[in-house]
Amino acid sequence: MSLTDWKAYKPVLIPNIKDYHKIDVYEKHGGYGALKKILADQDTLTPQHVTETVKNAGLRGRGGAGFNTGLKWSFMPKPDGGPRYIAANGDESEPGTFKDRVIFEFNPHTFIEGSIIAAYAMSITTVYVYIRGEYRSWIRMMEKAVSDAYERGYLGQNILKSGFSVDMVLHSGAGAYICGEESSLMESLEGKRGYPRVKPPFPAQKGLWGRPTTINNIESLANVPLIFNNGADWYKGTGAATHPGPLLYGISGHVNRPGVYEYPTGMLVTDLINEVAMGVRGGKRVKALIPGGSSTPPLRGDALDGVRMDSDSLRQAGSMLGTAGMCILDEDTDMVDYLWRVSHFYHHESCGQCTPCREGTGWLEKTLLKIKAGDGTMRDLDLLLDLCTQMEGRTICALADAAAWPVRYTITRFRDEFEARVKNTVYALS
Amino acid sequence: MQNFEFTKEELAKIDAIIARYPNPQPAVMPVLWMAQEKYGHVEPDVQKLVARTLNLPEAHVHGVATFYTQYYKERKGKYVLDVCTSFSCQACGGYETLHYLEDKLGIKAGETTPDGMFSIQSVECLGACGYAPMMQITNDVYVNHLTPEKLDKVIDDLKKDQLPEFESIPLVQNRTTAMENE
Ligand SMILES: Cc1cc2nc3c(=O)[nH]c(=O)nc-3n(C[C@H](O)[C@H](O)[C@H](O)COP(=O)(O)O)c2cc1C
Ligand code: SF4
Ligand code: FES
Repeated sequence: MSLTDWKAYKPVLIPNIKDYHKIDVYEKHGGYGALKKILADQDTLTPQHVTETVKNAGLRGRGGAGFNTGLKWSFMPKPDGGPRYIAANGDESEPGTFKDRVIFEFNPHTFIEGSIIAAYAMSITTVYVYIRGEYRSWIRMMEKAVSDAYERGYLGQNILKSGFSVDMVLHSGAGAYICGEESSLMESLEGKRGYPRVKPPFPAQKGLWGRPTTINNIESLANVPLIFNNGADWYKGTGAATHPGPLLYGISGHVNRPGVYEYPTGMLVTDLINEVAMGVRGGKRVKALIPGGSSTPPLRGDALDGVRMDSDSLRQAGSMLGTAGMCILDEDTDMVDYLWRVSHFYHHESCGQCTPCREGTGWLEKTLLKIKAGDGTMRDLDLLLDLCTQMEGRTICALADAAAWPVRYTITRFRDEFEARVKNTVYALS
Repeated sequence: MQNFEFTKEELAKIDAIIARYPNPQPAVMPVLWMAQEKYGHVEPDVQKLVARTLNLPEAHVHGVATFYTQYYKERKGKYVLDVCTSFSCQACGGYETLHYLEDKLGIKAGETTPDGMFSIQSVECLGACGYAPMMQITNDVYVNHLTPEKLDKVIDDLKKDQLPEFESIPLVQNRTTAMENE
């Protein structure tokens, strides 16, 4: 599928089939076929082969960092007979992100099937699915889907009489953004406060309960059956060459038709805003686009031409793909207000282990609140940028960076708005 | 003084939860959830019950309970209205929604009405950004696309202990009507 005919694209991750979330309907349309195919032919489709196929298909993690999924699987050490785990990441708490829940609701079985294939590829004994506690309604849906999958023999002992066994356990979070960070998620699963761990050791070496573990996002795992149903070449040829595949775009903010849409990666942001989401409300101009969750640097509305939703194009434009949770802010948006609110979030969610993050997020919020109230000075703008420098790359996890990026780039890209809000220090002194 | 205890059936359920993990400690979060479901909060005495039941130090259970915002460390109203004001919702009327509720119920975010019926909280992104403004009721059902009229109705219904139904938001892509057959 080339990118020019995106209008003809038919969703495959959340296909337009009534009641597809029900196991009968899923099976009727070929669901669990990829798993059956693999388990029936384990001599050819060995775990290594499956891993290689996913790697070559080019699937990159949909949780934010965009790491090659098959490559990540290949980091798992050789099985030693002991337990090994997948922690499926359904914490979905990065503001602006609301796409994994669509999988839970409309196509839970493709996620379950993908997880079982991943488990086979890495000789996993248990898949823990960590779902944010707020998603109680969706946890209920997943409970039903998992229990149906057990009933049909896709999960549990000796799956489809193949000799392969794996369990799936759902684990509810309880309100903590940081638990989406993979090592914090593991701490939380172990029944502790969700403090991120120092790396190395990496999870593949020492993960859950000290055992080899791979963390994958829900959408990443849901993509896996597609690779085996349609072939790695199809997958590689869908969307952007270096970041291929179907992608769930969560569009929010000042657009006429917000929602979650599935299109290939690499869509033009202008197509997504103007056609898919049917334009900005009231025919207004776009002031800013946050392309992939609150941590991704905002792009100016007048710099969106030709920008595509894949990691290369967005890096060139000065941002990141993140979770592809796009928020569109119109010309009337107060960027100081926006930035203060984002900083409030990161301050609230910092776990407090690292001084630059704990103190830095607090200062960012406090300083922005001061500017918002009209009490800021030009010096405060420099102070904010200095704070970012002191936070970036100096902490146990990337939350501090996630807090710094929007501040750095909102101030540099919308500097006029900030300057208009601060007191001119020269006049203030006289 | 209230006596906090799990019934025999609940203890059997807890055993089943423990069996999902290599050791009992990971059951602390699900069991805190169970306790909160039962008592409406996890005040220190409830935390002690969880610690006793799982044979974990009280300090550990306390540490976990206080790390996660959804566990109510003190009693809240019967219905807790969590209004999302994170940046996407902020852009689409999250604060206006919050203030409407505050005015309507005569309390501020973080407070509970004197009759113990309602608490209001301003919360972070709930993963419903495209359906803003929205709120979650007592850690459970989401109510989306809020308007003053819709809020009035929700509050009236809650006063009669009627919770809103789950709203499945249809996917609009390539669909003439929601979830239409191919
Ligand atoms: C502060 C922070 C929060 C994160 N939150 C999430 C999240 O909610 N969901 C998610 O899938 N990944 C999240 N991540 C990324 C995970 O650490 C991890 O990279 C990801 O789950 C790996 O899955 P993937 O390779 O399939 O993308 C977060 C990372 C950081 C630093
Ligand atoms: S960077 Fe922030 S959130 Fe991450 S471990 Fe350090 S203090 Fe905690
Ligand atoms: S910002 Fe409100 S639900 Fe995401």
